[in-house]
Amino acid sequence: MAAQPQDDLVNLEIDGQPVKARKGAMIIHATDAHGAYVPRFCYHDKLPVAANCRMCLVEVEKAPKPLPACATPVAEGMKVFTKSPVAIGAQKATMEFLLINHPLDCPICDQGGECELQDLAVGFGRDAARFHERKRVVKDKDLGPLVSTDMTRCIHCTRCVRFGQDIAGIPELGTTGRGENMLIGTYVEKAVEHELSGNIIDLCPVGALNSKPFRYQGRSWEMTQTPLIAPHDGLGANLFGHVLRGRLKRVVPRDNEDVNETWIADRERFSYEGLLADDRLRKPMLREGGAWREVDWETALGAAARGLAAAGPSLGVLAHPSATLEELSLAARLARGLGSANIDHRLRQRDFRGDAAASSSSAGLGMSLASVESLSGLLVIGSHLRAELPLLAHRVRKAAVRARAQVAFLDLATRDYRFPVAAQVVAEAGHWTREAAALALATAEAAGGAVAPAFGSLVLGVSPTDAHRAAARALCTGSHRAVWLGAMALRHPAYADLRALAAETARLAGATLGTLFEGGNGVGAVAAGAVPYRDAAGNATAGLDALAMLRSPQRAYLLVGAIEPSQDLADPAAAAVAFGGAACVVAVTPFASEELLRHAHVLLPMAAFAETSGTYVNLEGRWQSHPGAVAPPGEARPGWKILRVLGNLLQLQGFDEESSEQVRERLRAQVDAAVGAGAGAATTGGAAAVVVPPVLPAGAAGAGSASAAALDIPMYAIDAVLRRSPALQATNIARASRAAARAAAEVTA
Amino acid sequence: MNAEMQGAAGVPTSDGQRFVPGDGPKVALLTAHTRHEIDAWIARFPAGRQRSATLSALRFVQEQNQGFLTPDLMDAVAEYLRLPSIQVYEVATFYSMFETHPCGRHHVSVCTNISCWLRGGEEILAHCERKLGIKVGESTPDGRIFLKQEEECLASCTGAPMMMVDHEFHEHLTPESVDRILDGLK
Repeated sequence: MAAQPQDDLVNLEIDGQPVKARKGAMIIHATDAHGAYVPRFCYHDKLPVAANCRMCLVEVEKAPKPLPACATPVAEGMKVFTKSPVAIGAQKATMEFLLINHPLDCPICDQGGECELQDLAVGFGRDAARFHERKRVVKDKDLGPLVSTDMTRCIHCTRCVRFGQDIAGIPELGTTGRGENMLIGTYVEKAVEHELSGNIIDLCPVGALNSKPFRYQGRSWEMTQTPLIAPHDGLGANLFGHVLRGRLKRVVPRDNEDVNETWIADRERFSYEGLLADDRLRKPMLREGGAWREVDWETALGAAARGLAAAGPSLGVLAHPSATLEELSLAARLARGLGSANIDHRLRQRDFRGDAAASSSSAGLGMSLASVESLSGLLVIGSHLRAELPLLAHRVRKAAVRARAQVAFLDLATRDYRFPVAAQVVAEAGHWTREAAALALATAEAAGGAVAPAFGSLVLGVSPTDAHRAAARALCTGSHRAVWLGAMALRHPAYADLRALAAETARLAGATLGTLFEGGNGVGAVAAGAVPYRDAAGNATAGLDALAMLRSPQRAYLLVGAIEPSQDLADPAAAAVAFGGAACVVAVTPFASEELLRHAHVLLPMAAFAETSGTYVNLEGRWQSHPGAVAPPGEARPGWKILRVLGNLLQLQGFDEESSEQVRERLRAQVDAAVGAGAGAATTGGAAAVVVPPVLPAGAAGAGSASAAALDIPMYAIDAVLRRSPALQATNIARASRAAARAAAEVTA
Repeated sequence: MNAEMQGAAGVPTSDGQRFVPGDGPKVALLTAHTRHEIDAWIARFPAGRQRSATLSALRFVQEQNQGFLTPDLMDAVAEYLRLPSIQVYEVATFYSMFETHPCGRHHVSVCTNISCWLRGGEEILAHCERKLGIKVGESTPDGRIFLKQEEECLASCTGAPMMMVDHEFHEHLTPESVDRILDGLK
């Protein structure tokens, strides 16, 4: 049927079948959509077209020679043949050339079994070589501790080069020389330093770039694959865990266009190594008279239940924000069942004045991750975005580079963003309230409004400078605007003020206010009621927050998740005093760190990331569940089971779930009911009226100054699993942050 | 890069704007003369297209350094033109007129492709090797002459046999004329 060409569509024929394709699309888009397979190496959906491998040559009627499908635009009336003798002949000839210099070392190559070259050699290769000259050999590069190189295997597709230039914004890899002498390299060998660098392992179609920690660890066809969700940040990247003989051997991305596209950050790819740390807790342990001994579960749980029950309402429960939703939900129910609302997951927060007006502050991003790419103006307060949420930073980079979004930051230091940054306001943490006030005033100027009178004391005597005006102009660009509060703002001693000023700035600019909660379940923890100010049903409650429950010591504490007091809590000194004076400290934890051995009375071994089924709610409010990939080591058990049995021993109502799914569904029903009743908008944004927090009393507990090091926690030190991952700790990023920390410690000493 | 273009500083570009060259630590390796020459090439392209001057910049830098490029000098060009270093390395290693290893200051290439071969090109090359005491790809110990490569046709077949000395063609060669040409190199 000869249809009229529509405006944006052209008609063409693929292998004799009429198809329509978007104008300007390449032939390979049309053949892929049509299901006609065309082999390729250099073409990748997420990268710019290079057309240098020539594997996708197809025959096009009237063209004098075969054309590369990835770089030839479709045209009206075009007739494409993907299986004709000319096309197949061209593809086979290309394959023969590609194999000339490719070593025949598949038996010792980690890519074997999942190698695009191997696969296509089966389809298009000859059974015998006609090339009898010597093959070339290429010296390997040192790309750091994460990526192994076997450059002799390289077929020069340049996917890694284009990833560096167009995705990461690091034009460090390139091709030098030409012809026979062409090499991929950094020339002067420098480690590729980027938080997304591991993605070149997946992009490499051959075994030239592979995972260094996984080297010689297993063959792809021997492993089983389980879907997982990344726990380290609130993005909720989708992963696959690859398991061999009960061990998690590696982690690779799982495509989800709405969340992580096809990428994952290095810390998601390599954190699994931390699960094998020497101090993994394998058996329940009990401290009696200062000595630790391994006991059976019954004894340990009995001791824990007695200790917690004896405390009554004088109980503090701290849950890690990267715990699963099920663990958070059960921890919250346990605390509340024992008559204590002292439950919190905001372990590093220092200022909780905003809790009174918190029902609207529990939203995460307030927009979908995909829509971040269409932002026109963005102000980020207190976040080193690349370190904090690498894949969110990638979305922002796309907005800045492709859509010319104007991005501004309030930060402790000038950072290298690898995309155009419109303004960076740099100030010491102690001045951030005034800086945020100046940004609000500048936004009022730029947007033509006025800061609400309630902010009187916060904006008193503050006048914006050119830097603030530049940031405000950036925010007020276009019509899709956002103001984000990052982890450094969340950890700030005057967070409530920063939050109120950010909300006012967002109101003035007509922007969406977003909060980049720490951990994989910051949004989920609020929904689960793991906060002192509300329960899962949305009812207001009055409990002590994470800081208050340590500064006013309780009789017993329950720690849930991989919490190491000196590194994960805002006030380790207060924690040491509180735990030291408590009658009972129960830690449900995957690691038996020295600190916990010093502080706790009962240690219950818990399954870590990938060892338990569970749910994470990301910053968009997306609920994502995954099964466990491997069994936890020793006698460790999934956290939800431990907490459920504790609930039974304590004779609490409703601890009768038999699977993590049942825990989730019960919570889901509660959350839906609460949202339906409008009681607690746990996962929605909304333009609630901005509430100014009560003025910080001078010298108040929360008002103390926090050092830059306490606010700006390095990206590979944010949780216990990452701190135990050898490959990540060996990266230059981690080394540099450790060196900076040592230098800072020397200055203060 | 606009923020850096304050006032009338920098080099004019072909579209009437200005480009302010970078001032990284290695830029000091470039002589004033070299910088002047690079500026003249920057001026031929629109603002933001200074990458187009890379090829010419490398030519002057190689000349300044007596015939070859070093990683530091390539970095200097990258800093001056505000480019990632790899983009300069790519150009320097792709084109055969750039040397990235130490070599003699005069580059001599003898053609041995078919027309020159029929007219005695191989004898001319053998004569050069004998006279200089080095093989193709080597430099004389005094650093005067680099016998660069056997050329595969420089499109001067009517003048075969021929050779190229520092971008100049010499045609209708005989052992005597080769002696004269090589002896004349300082």
